[in-house]
Amino acid sequence: MFGFSRPQGVSFLIMLAAVIISPAFFYPILLMKVLCFALFACAYNLLIGYVGLGSFGHAAFFGMGGYIAAYSAKKWGLDPALAIIAGGLVGAVLGAVFGWLAIGRQGIYFAMITLALSQMVFFFCTQASFTGGEDGIQQVPRGKLFGMISLQDDMAMYTVVAVIFLVTFLLIHRIVHSPFGQVLKAIRENEPRATSLGYRTDDYKMLVFILSAGIAGIAGGTKSIVFGIATLTDVANAQSGEVILMTLVGGMGTIFGPVLGALILNFIESYLAQLGAWFAVTQGVIFVLCIMFFRRGILGELAARLKVAL
Amino acid sequence: MFMIFGYPSALLFGQLLLGLINGAFYALLSLGLAIIFGMLNIVNFSHGALFMLGAFVAWGLLEFLGISYWWSLLLAPIVVGAFGVLLEKVFIARLYKLDHLYGLLLTFGLALVIEGLARNQFGSSGMPFAIPRQLQGATDLGFMFMPNYRGWVVAASAGMCLLVWLVIEKTSLGATLRAATENPAIVQSFGINVPRMITLTYAAGVALAAFAGVLAAPIYSVNPNMGASFIITVFAVVVIGGMGSIAGSIVTGFGLGIVEGLTKVFYPQGSSVVIFVVMVIVLLTRPAGLFGKGGH
Repeated sequence: MFGFSRPQGVSFLIMLAAVIISPAFFYPILLMKVLCFALFACAYNLLIGYVGLGSFGHAAFFGMGGYIAAYSAKKWGLDPALAIIAGGLVGAVLGAVFGWLAIGRQGIYFAMITLALSQMVFFFCTQASFTGGEDGIQQVPRGKLFGMISLQDDMAMYTVVAVIFLVTFLLIHRIVHSPFGQVLKAIRENEPRATSLGYRTDDYKMLVFILSAGIAGIAGGTKSIVFGIATLTDVANAQSGEVILMTLVGGMGTIFGPVLGALILNFIESYLAQLGAWFAVTQGVIFVLCIMFFRRGILGELAARLKVAL
Repeated sequence: MFMIFGYPSALLFGQLLLGLINGAFYALLSLGLAIIFGMLNIVNFSHGALFMLGAFVAWGLLEFLGISYWWSLLLAPIVVGAFGVLLEKVFIARLYKLDHLYGLLLTFGLALVIEGLARNQFGSSGMPFAIPRQLQGATDLGFMFMPNYRGWVVAASAGMCLLVWLVIEKTSLGATLRAATENPAIVQSFGINVPRMITLTYAAGVALAAFAGVLAAPIYSVNPNMGASFIITVFAVVVIGGMGSIAGSIVTGFGLGIVEGLTKVFYPQGSSVVIFVVMVIVLLTRPAGLFGKGGH
C-alpha cells in the first residue's frame, strides 16, 4: 500500500505503533510537540532531501501558519480544522512568493535569499498589529472539531494531531515516490541533465517549494492550536536552524529520518532542561558532529548499512 | 540650521552619518564574505560570530591585559585570523569535495557554538567599551556636529577596503589569488601551494570581520548577539551586490548603509526592512546582482 517497500512498511508500522501507544508513557503535550515538529521537518526534508534546495527561511512559513491559525481560531472563531488549513494555505502563498524570488538562484544564493526574506517576515511580524507584537496571540481556544468534538481534552487533541501527522506523512511519501518525485530526485542528482531531458526544472522546484511551505504552515498552525499561543519565537531564524538540524540528525533524503530527528531533539530539549543556556551550544555541536562524521544522519547511515531505502 | 526637503539638515546629516557607519560594517563584512567565497566556494555563515569574537578579543585585551584599542585593532584580527586557520584546517578543509550545502551547514553550526558559548559566559546584555581617549568629543563641520569616533570608523573602514582592493587588484599576490580563484589546478601546477593559500584566504576574510568587530565595539556594546543581527543584513547586501566583484561589494555596502540611513529620515518604520526590499527589487530586475557575473 502507498508504494512502501518492505523495510519502509515495517518502519511505518513501528512508527504507527509508537504513535498509538506512546501516550501511555509520555505527556501528550510533549508528544504533540514532537509530532508538530516532525511534520515541519518532513516538509523541510521534502525540499532539502529530495531536491537538494537548502532553505534557511522555513521558520517564516511555520511561524506565519501558526499566527494565521491562532488568529482565525481566536478572532473569527473558525473551526480548528479550518484554522489549521488556513495556516497551511497562507504558508503555501508565502512559499510561492519566496519561491518566485529565490528559485532562479542556486545553492548559496538560495540559502541567503530565503534567510533574508524570512528575516523580513520576522520584522513584519514584530510590527504588524494582528500578531500582537512581543505578546503574540495568547489564549487561543482549541475549539470544537467540526463543531462537535471538543478538543479541550489532551487525548482528543492528540488524536487529531496524530491523524494530521499520519495523513500528511503518507502524502509526502506519495509525492516522493510518484513520477513527480522521481523528477525531483533527478534534479537533485544532476540538474543540467534533467533540463536536457526536457523537464522545466524551475517549475518542479517551485511546486515542491510551495508544497513544503504549505505543510510547514500546517505544522505551525497545528502547533499554535495545541498550545493556544502563537509567538515571535516560531517565526524567528533560530526556528529555521532547528528544523534543519532535526532533518540533518535523522537523515536528509530519508522518509522517516526527519521524524526521528524531531523526536530526538525535542526529547533532548525537554529532558535535559538543565542544559538551559547550553542548549544552543549543544545544538551547534550536534550540527558540527553530524556534518563531520555522519552526514547521512542516523537513518541515512542505517539505511546504507542495511542497503535498503528508509 | 537649514532645511532640506522639509527636514532639518542636522537630522538628515546625522542619519546619513549613521547610515555610512552601518555601511562601513556592511562593506567590511561583505568584502570578507566575497573573498572567502571566491577562493573556498562556501558562504561563511560564521562570519557574524567571528565579527562578534573580534569585539570580544578587543574587550578582553583591554580588560585583562590593559592593551589599548589601537593595539587591538591590529591584534584582534590576528587572533581571530589564527582561530580562522584552525577552523579551516580542522573542519572546513574536509568538506571541499562535497556539495557546498555542507559548508553552509557546518559554518552555521560553528556560529551557534561560538555565539552560544559567548552568551553563556557573558550574558546577553553586553559590556560597554570606552571610546579611545584620542577620539572622544565631536567636531563642528559647519553643517553638523560629527562625533570624532564615528568619523574615524568611516575613514578606517574605507581605508581598509581600499587597501584590500589594492592588494587584490594591483599586487602580484593578488594576481595569484585571482588566478587561483579562476583555476586552482593550473595555479597549483605552477608550484604554488594552493591549499595553504586557501587557508590564509579564509584567515584574511575572518580577520576583516574581526577588524570590523573592533571598530564596532565602542559604538554598539560588546555583546554576543551583535554579529547575528548584522549578518543577515549583510547576506542581503551580498545578494544585492553579487559576489563577483571586490569593488562591487565595497560600493554596495556603503551605498546600502546610506539608503538605510536616509530611510530612517523619510520613513522610519521602513528602515529595518529597506535593504531587504532593495534585495527583492534587484532580484526581480537584475537576478545576478548589481555587480554579479551570472547567477550560478
